[in-house]
Amino acid sequence: MTTMVSHSGYLTVRAVRALVRQPVFLIITLMQPIIWLLLFGQLFSKVVEIPGFESTGSYLDYLTPGVVVMTALFSSGWSGMGFILDMERGVMDRLLSSPVRRGAMISGPLAYQAVTTVIQSVVIFVVGWLAGARFPGGLVGIVVTIVAAILLASALASFSNALALLLRSQESVIGVAQLLVLPLVFLSSAVMDIRVAPEWIQTVSTYNPVDWAATASRIVLSADPDWYEVLWRLGGLLAVAVVVGWLATRAFRTYQRAA
Amino acid sequence: MSVQPGPATALSMSSATPAIEAVELSKRYGEVQALDGLSIAVAPGTVFGLLGPNGAGKSTAVKILTTLARPDSGSATVAGIDVLRRPDAVRRAIGVVTQRSGVDPVATGRENLQLIGRIHGMRGGEIKARTAELLDRFELTEHADRPARTYSGGMQRKLDVAMGLIHRPQVLFLDEPTTGLDPEARSQMWQEISRLTGAEGLSILLTTHYLEEADQLAAELAIVDRGRIVAAGTPEQLKAGLRGDAIVVELADEVATAKAATALRAVPGAREITADGHTARARVDAGASALPAVLAGLEQAGVLVASATVARPSLDDVYLRHAGRAFAAAHEQEVA
Ligand SMILES: Nc1ncnc2c1ncn2[C@@H]1O[C@H](COP(=O)(O)OP(=O)(O)OP(=O)(O)O)[C@@H](O)[C@H]1O
Ligand SMILES: [Mg+2]
Repeated sequence: MTTMVSHSGYLTVRAVRALVRQPVFLIITLMQPIIWLLLFGQLFSKVVEIPGFESTGSYLDYLTPGVVVMTALFSSGWSGMGFILDMERGVMDRLLSSPVRRGAMISGPLAYQAVTTVIQSVVIFVVGWLAGARFPGGLVGIVVTIVAAILLASALASFSNALALLLRSQESVIGVAQLLVLPLVFLSSAVMDIRVAPEWIQTVSTYNPVDWAATASRIVLSADPDWYEVLWRLGGLLAVAVVVGWLATRAFRTYQRAA
Repeated sequence: MSVQPGPATALSMSSATPAIEAVELSKRYGEVQALDGLSIAVAPGTVFGLLGPNGAGKSTAVKILTTLARPDSGSATVAGIDVLRRPDAVRRAIGVVTQRSGVDPVATGRENLQLIGRIHGMRGGEIKARTAELLDRFELTEHADRPARTYSGGMQRKLDVAMGLIHRPQVLFLDEPTTGLDPEARSQMWQEISRLTGAEGLSILLTTHYLEEADQLAAELAIVDRGRIVAAGTPEQLKAGLRGDAIVVELADEVATAKAATALRAVPGAREITADGHTARARVDAGASALPAVLAGLEQAGVLVASATVARPSLDDVYLRHAGRAFAAAHEQEVA
């Protein structure tokens, strides 16, 4: 167990170090959400006035946790690329012929994804706050929002990893990042209160983990959060992350067997 | 313990547990039978050379022995450990340098080494010392803190080998370690490999396309073609297996070519006689003892001889005999 944790740590450090050395990647993943926040925050500042849009504060208050969730989703969709690059560079074979714990090869990238999500979320909260957003839920609200974002990011990262391991192509990973993420976002209340959307979208969003994360965050950031509403959604996110994580482990075994 | 590579070690092999033993390994990739019943045994503390044309199955064998792939049938042990039953224990005992580099380009040379050391459970001070030692030995100290992305191909290859050694493995797999190295770096690598088997008692499975490398380093070698062993033994045994030495006579005068050929044909035991221009060749069972008869025959026929040499069969001859045309083609590609 301790070996598993330390091996996972070595692999996380390796990935974080790469991120620090090439900060451009981090900056790029942050450009998009900041543009969303500042541009859409302005552009749609009036949407809160639409009847049915339930928000006590400004649209920016509403949008900030949505952008946190969205950003976690966008960057975790690329997770599988790490495996693809390692396969292409022979690093994968080097690791697989070493006594590195197989579980660590799955959990290392997830831990790295979590680190990335924390950095991104903090930056977005700060930018949102500077632009005028306020979070009555305070620090607890912010921490729980980040936890929700991490759970969501883990689930999608595992999915991306599983596809990378099974299909071994950059295209499959790009496919997830591009094709899956946007619909998931727009079929949720990440950027828009779902109650002003058509009926079918509302129904779909009830089953959409992205909506669970966005809604739970928004509730927990409000002045007097209803914890029941927050916790069942977090539980749902955890369950999804565990199931997809398990699938990724299976994909890893398939990859090894297929060698 | 110091074990000198050589025929003596090879002969005592049956008594000691082999460092590597593969029995009837077979592996199919779709239409391609990559391995077709390959068996080898590597004596501890020696270099075992695996030769063969492109696509012969050398890397596939290495992948199976290093737990990276599973055979369809057959069995294998490395350091006495069953590869299929206890892959984890095998991974702790081996160092691996795959044909394709396994260097992380974003990490520095030092970080690449340290990661593998840590995975093998080495501790801080130990890793530090060992890393410095290997960087020094492979002349990478100067470049140790630069991302490996900026290394030349040869430097990356050296780093690869160092990464295979960091944890002091019992058995080392080197899949074409010297491909892409300049002649000086290659001969340094040869020295290093000899030193590892000599002073450190390491057992090494080496694949290579350089016959000279196999000849110099390997206590024993096997030629693989289409997934099976077509010839095996010590370099000496293999050469001796090619019956006969070559006698090459340089003629002083081109006019005598035909006469020389006729004279050679009259020598008892001489065969495969060819003559053109200034050179006449023949193959005989024992070169040194046949030489006087050859020279006497030529003198009788009135042929003036500039020089005469006896050549033992080279490993190239052995290789060409067993893995023929495929090698010539592969070699041309490499030279081109
Ligand atoms: N993963 C794979 N998928 C499909 N075919 C493969 C795979 N790996 C190897 N092969 C095939 O198996 C055969 C043996 O390949 P292998 O790499 O073992 O040859 P090799 O002796 O190492 O050749 P080289 O000298 O070129 O490195 C080849 O025909 C190759 O195309
Ligand atoms: Mg090969």
